[in-house]
Amino acid sequence: MAIAIVRIRNLFAVTMLTGIYSLLAASLFVLLDAPDVALTEAAVGAGIAIILMLGTLALTTSEEKVHKKPQNLLALVVVFITGAGLIYGTLDMPHFGDPEAPAHQHVSPRYTQESVDEIGIPNMVTSVLASYRALDTLGEAVVIFVAMVGVIMVIGGGVKRRWRDRGRVLPDGKRDKP
Amino acid sequence: MNQYTVLRVIAKIMIPVILLYGLYIQFHGEYSPGGGFQAGIIFAAGFVIYSLIYGLEKVQQAVPPVAVHVLAAFGVFLFIAFGIAGMLMGGDFLQYRVFMEDNHAAETLGIIGIELGVGITVATVAIALFYAFAGRERD
Repeated sequence: MAIAIVRIRNLFAVTMLTGIYSLLAASLFVLLDAPDVALTEAAVGAGIAIILMLGTLALTTSEEKVHKKPQNLLALVVVFITGAGLIYGTLDMPHFGDPEAPAHQHVSPRYTQESVDEIGIPNMVTSVLASYRALDTLGEAVVIFVAMVGVIMVIGGGVKRRWRDRGRVLPDGKRDKP
Repeated sequence: MNQYTVLRVIAKIMIPVILLYGLYIQFHGEYSPGGGFQAGIIFAAGFVIYSLIYGLEKVQQAVPPVAVHVLAAFGVFLFIAFGIAGMLMGGDFLQYRVFMEDNHAAETLGIIGIELGVGITVATVAIALFYAFAGRERD
């Protein structure tokens, strides 16, 4: 499906495939016992992101332009070397579900065993997000807010513009239109 | 899309349920999966569906873009206010246990407060992004 997303030239079909891909990823997260992440993936990846992509397609065009460019051999070599390096790096990673893995040794025993006593709420994902790691969550909220500010600055906030063309400023400081 | 009777009727029934479900995800996040982020997106989805079916003008009458932008800033402000309230009451930034005698109640109060901030920000940012994309004419 990922290959299809890259190869298909009709952007409407690509958007739909991306949505289906997000939904499949959400079901995968449910299988991995991560319902919080699955809910986010289903709502954001398969919902809002697709709506925004469709909104963009409505503003532009739904057919990708094909550029015939000479193939860059050096880029291919760089991609292969980077990919091989990344795969080599994964060889050192602990096996899936290994209880001795560093991620399960550092702070997670405390979060999983004592968060109910310390915070007093049963969902430990919420207590990690909103209490132990609240500063990270604050960063997320600020990032989302800044993203909105960026979009509004680039394409406007959807507010109907009231101001009219007031013309250019003439050398004597007045404008050529009232 | 407002000529489709089926869509209009179904949307009228479903949108309150979607908004209520968003609020449930928001305020039940301590006991079940969910929290401010997911709740905000689901809440915003209700408004997006409304505007897809009844038109952007109708939803902008109910929720004007300026109000959306102000509320997005207010959500972040609420989050930071809870952090600074912890500092003013003698703790660290975002330390909730100084709010009340009972640690569990104080933590729950702080978590509900900042999740509300996150929820408001995410919902309004999603609506604002939709307004920004849908409000533009094709040139």
